[in-house]
Amino acid sequence: METMVPNLVGAGLIVLGAGIGLGKIGGSAMEGIARQPEAAGKIQTAMIIIAALLEGLAFGALFLGK
Amino acid sequence: MKIAKLPIQFLTVLMFLTIGNAATAQEHSVAESNDAGTLDTQEEIDEYIQHHIKDSHDFHLYSYTGDDGVRHSVGLPLPVIVWGSNGPAAFMSSAFHHDINGEVVVEAGGSRFVNLHDKIYELEEGAETVKMGEDHHPVNAHMPLDLSITKSVVGILVIGILMLIWFSSLARQYKKRTIPKGFGRVLEPLVIYVRDELARPNIGEKKYRKFTGFLLTVFFFIWILNLLGLTPFGFNVTGQLAVTAALAIFTLIIYTFSGNKDYWMHILWMPGVPYLIRPVLAVIELVGAFIIKPFSLLVRLFANISAGHIVIMSLIAIMITLKGELTPAGSTLLSFVLSLFITLIEVLVAFLQAYIFTMLSALFIGMAVAEHDHDHDHAHENVDAEDVRADFI
Repeated sequence: METMVPNLVGAGLIVLGAGIGLGKIGGSAMEGIARQPEAAGKIQTAMIIIAALLEGLAFGALFLGK
Repeated sequence: MKIAKLPIQFLTVLMFLTIGNAATAQEHSVAESNDAGTLDTQEEIDEYIQHHIKDSHDFHLYSYTGDDGVRHSVGLPLPVIVWGSNGPAAFMSSAFHHDINGEVVVEAGGSRFVNLHDKIYELEEGAETVKMGEDHHPVNAHMPLDLSITKSVVGILVIGILMLIWFSSLARQYKKRTIPKGFGRVLEPLVIYVRDELARPNIGEKKYRKFTGFLLTVFFFIWILNLLGLTPFGFNVTGQLAVTAALAIFTLIIYTFSGNKDYWMHILWMPGVPYLIRPVLAVIELVGAFIIKPFSLLVRLFANISAGHIVIMSLIAIMITLKGELTPAGSTLLSFVLSLFITLIEVLVAFLQAYIFTMLSALFIGMAVAEHDHDHDHAHENVDAEDVRADFI
């Protein structure tokens, strides 16, 4: 298990980065919807798109690091 | 109760998905543990997960230990079509008798083949058995050109035929009426959605019709295959690197060969940038256009889907690993609840990944065929304050 510590630390960092990124996206999406509820649909769509791009990055990095 | 109001069909489908998956898990591990003595559970589960993720040459539904103590496997063998060094050969994978350790040798088409971990190897001349080198690769066998109908190919063929039937019958209906009847009613809003939200805004009004066919195909192909991977049949088509690579290469070919002069100018000799920097940026843009864009499409789909499958399989395997700590009933309940929720998320991910792939493909194609209006010359983009102030007064 000791030899897996760098792997696990790396995986943790990746998930941390993804979490922070998605949190910021979600936060600004919430603010936008709060300011203009009529645009909620468009904001939601854009939020999902960016979330998927970020998830792609995170998963790709997880896979590369195994 | 709110749950009772959900459509009964949706609930039954979900139940079928999770119970079906769990049932195959149970069958597999029970049968395996009846084999030679003590078996490492972790290894067993790893092999079970790998078996689902990887492609295979037969359609293994389940196996059981018969009354005579012999393991029986229930499934369909699939044809193996290879082009060895002595010409083509075709045989059913049942000739291997479920052996994946390279022991059974099949003679066909003048060469001899073995099945090593679901990859077909051709033995070289004069070799009788496979000799393994230190890196777990055989030293006296090489891989021939493998064109077999594997499980994933069956999945792709089934989806192709299904899509052909559905969409051609939908298209035929428009000769006689404006509102489709039957299953076309489900497909029509989706088709319109892809055309009006993905193709038209990104590609533009003048050229979207040429590319809408490709976008629709890719969208439904990925979506239905993702959903198929969640069923208990053991398909995992979009979680194969080869399939997603092929889709990404299709997008690459389309947006490269339909790029117009503006597109290539912006990549290679971009206007508005000092001349000395242009070669540097050109290299970066070329790498971006040919390597990074398709690679990101590829990895995003592959990693999302196969990671999802691995998570579902691992949660189902919790049934076995925690059998000792919680009671078998407790671990089954926990595994059932967790896999149910993860399967729901995976159903969403199936649609989302198809949507993202299609949207990014539409975006890339749109960037390639975009027409610029060159009223404002790019060279005059560095305006100074005087000109800008004049606009405001």
